[in-house]
Amino acid sequence: MAAHAHKVKRYRGIMDWLTTVDHKKIGILYLIAGALFFGVGGLEAILIRIQLIKPMNDFVGADTFNELITMHGTTMIFLAAMPMLFALMNAVIPLQIGARDVAFPFLNALGFWTFFFGGLLLNISWFAGNVPDAGWTSYVPLAGPTYASGHGVDYYVLGLQIAGIGTLLGGVNFMATIINMRAPGMSFMRMPMFTWTIFITSVMIVFAFPVLTVGLVALMFDRLFQANFFETASGGSAILWEHVFWVFGHPEVYILILPAFGVISEVVSTFSRKRLFGYSSMVFATVLIAFLGFMVWAHHMFTTGLGPVANALFSIATMLIAVPTGVKIFNWLFTLWGGSIRFTTSSLFAIGFIPTFVMGGVTGVMLAVAPADYQYHDSYFVVAHFHYVIVGGLVFGLFAGLHYWWPKMFGRMLNEKIGQVTFWTFFVGFHLTFFVQHFLGLLGMPRRVWTYLPDQGFDNMNFISTIGAFLMGIGTIAMIINVIVTSAKPRNALADPWEDGRSLEWTIPSPPPEYNFKQLPLVRGYDAWWKEKMEGKTEMTPAEPVGPIHMPSPSILPLVMSIGLFIAGFGFMYDKLIVTFVGMAITLGCMLLRSVFDDHGFHIEVEEQEKGVQA
Amino acid sequence: MSAHHHVEGQLPHEPERATMEGRNKILGFWIFLGAETVLFGTLFSAYLALRHNIGDGPAASEIFELSTTFIATMILLFSSLMSVFAVQAMHQHKVKAMIGWLIATVVLGLCFLGLEIFEFNAYVGEGHRMPTSAFSSSFYTLVGFHGAHVAFGVLWITLLILQILKKGLTVVTAPKIYVSAIYWHFIDVVWVFIFTVVYLMGKVG
Repeated sequence: MAAHAHKVKRYRGIMDWLTTVDHKKIGILYLIAGALFFGVGGLEAILIRIQLIKPMNDFVGADTFNELITMHGTTMIFLAAMPMLFALMNAVIPLQIGARDVAFPFLNALGFWTFFFGGLLLNISWFAGNVPDAGWTSYVPLAGPTYASGHGVDYYVLGLQIAGIGTLLGGVNFMATIINMRAPGMSFMRMPMFTWTIFITSVMIVFAFPVLTVGLVALMFDRLFQANFFETASGGSAILWEHVFWVFGHPEVYILILPAFGVISEVVSTFSRKRLFGYSSMVFATVLIAFLGFMVWAHHMFTTGLGPVANALFSIATMLIAVPTGVKIFNWLFTLWGGSIRFTTSSLFAIGFIPTFVMGGVTGVMLAVAPADYQYHDSYFVVAHFHYVIVGGLVFGLFAGLHYWWPKMFGRMLNEKIGQVTFWTFFVGFHLTFFVQHFLGLLGMPRRVWTYLPDQGFDNMNFISTIGAFLMGIGTIAMIINVIVTSAKPRNALADPWEDGRSLEWTIPSPPPEYNFKQLPLVRGYDAWWKEKMEGKTEMTPAEPVGPIHMPSPSILPLVMSIGLFIAGFGFMYDKLIVTFVGMAITLGCMLLRSVFDDHGFHIEVEEQEKGVQA
Repeated sequence: MSAHHHVEGQLPHEPERATMEGRNKILGFWIFLGAETVLFGTLFSAYLALRHNIGDGPAASEIFELSTTFIATMILLFSSLMSVFAVQAMHQHKVKAMIGWLIATVVLGLCFLGLEIFEFNAYVGEGHRMPTSAFSSSFYTLVGFHGAHVAFGVLWITLLILQILKKGLTVVTAPKIYVSAIYWHFIDVVWVFIFTVVYLMGKVG
């Protein structure tokens, strides 16, 4: 293959990680960065709970408390939950559809680095002494230049803007990947459920994130260039921000939960040793949830005064979402029903997810009743509700998924004993923290308050809630210990370590070689690998002969481009035109280089495949 | 296998779709344009919500010059037509003709930008600046975002012309030309909406 003999530099060590375009390594980078920010957000949560452990506490000041709640929400949603989902997406999706990589490996790396530097910019605010403090929703006029004159909200605006680029790129990439890169025979209705939910999530990202982009641009122009989008004195509209934010923000919560639904579907099916019950209704429900998810945003604004007609319509649309969600819940229950269930850590989290998420769903329907919402609005009831769906839903899903796919990502099984400790402490801690908050809300404790007076019936429940938060912290630490203990063990996980794997990722070694599939597999039905196993086969039927495999070259440009945006962000914030110019020049210069110098990639020859190239 | 095919000799009829990379690029770019549609949709919504809130500044009907924007519209529509001819020339493998049409595309794009700068300059002289009112802020943001897209497109297509001169038309360069063409049409369509929603509706009040 002389025509293919391109010389491509392949890096080792730290440079390998900085230049990688391999989806498996990018998945690990997302996991590390997401876990880091999860730790920061968790620490902020613990500080919030310590402040609220007793009435009239003065553990942190009121200003610091506002900064803590703002940064906790923003960090957890954008910098912890999203990247951890992207970690699973990257690690699993190309393997599940039988592809050698994503459609755009370079963009994939760029997406990671822009997210990382956006998150870094946001968190540098702690050291700059100007922390965002207008809440994660950044409502105007509180976040406008009049009432937030420092640079705090600027960090929010620019950090999220840069991180948002990464998310959007990821959405485009995974949509294109799933449409174009499926293995021969894998029709849409043969795709694993996790792939389906990621596909729909990517569609939602593509159609929701640009709305946030515009909102952030408008807020930035108001703050930096004296524009008047939200300045009522000059004709702007504060309600406009609420609309823009929630037109993005409500799809965003489905962007978060749908992948968790996918993980639960995989885990429940594998550990019940049964085909997922009602696969096609599951697909339909996912699409329907995404569709309805775009038309319910104003249920966050029932008390804004949109009028009874708007409130009634958004109320009904919101309640409708309970129907496809209910379909999913029953499908999981019927999958478990009559299955020979294995209680691994992963399946415990999945089984714990079901009742927990149902509770979050029930309070969701309660909140959807517009007249009743006037009572719940801005109370701890709302805090309890969204933590039940986001932590009880998404985070349980993440834990289930991480324990499930850990051997595939790293080649080592996580320790099951420590895993059980993680589950029980986190599960009990979670309910201890948030169950009582429903009642705190119903008793009238408002959210986002720095402290409260004694003897209003809040004291005991706040104390219980804080103890629960510590228990969740212990659960998270147990997981970290598990990771450290496991990483010291030999890398000996089998290709199909749970023995009951059903989809294509379990047909290749753990961790997979750089090129994933030596020969692309031929898919003959849903649960492709299970089908082959049931017919007594030990491997997939190949769809192509063995041959040299073409790979994209590693590149440092994504990292440099993101650093350029990071520098430009500071230039915008501190009104230093020259810094903005330098930053943008770095980014655009990298785009120029990328366009001018074609990436021919390189080939992994058959002999090298025989030696086994480890990722 | 999704290898680069180093085409020796004959290019296929649609060189932009000859490789997996090319097909991915085209699909990915359509998806990206879906996101861009939402971006402009939101900017339009903000403009529609705020366009009557003029504060102490001038109203749309007082400052808009329909003759200038009509000429701008025609220039951009013709520019889009030039890029259609460029893609047709590409499908017939007429590289010289393709470069000619692309140069025409870029030149018309530059004319449009020149008119827009002239127009904005006139508005500023009449006291219609970014901080003037909610109307002015949303106007400059919407129309300015479009203008920035045109400017980016002009630079991008210019770069591609230079690349074609250096590398020739291959299965690697063809998808770039094709994708830049659909980008250019998209920018054109957005302008048609701007002309209708901002300028025509602005004149009738």
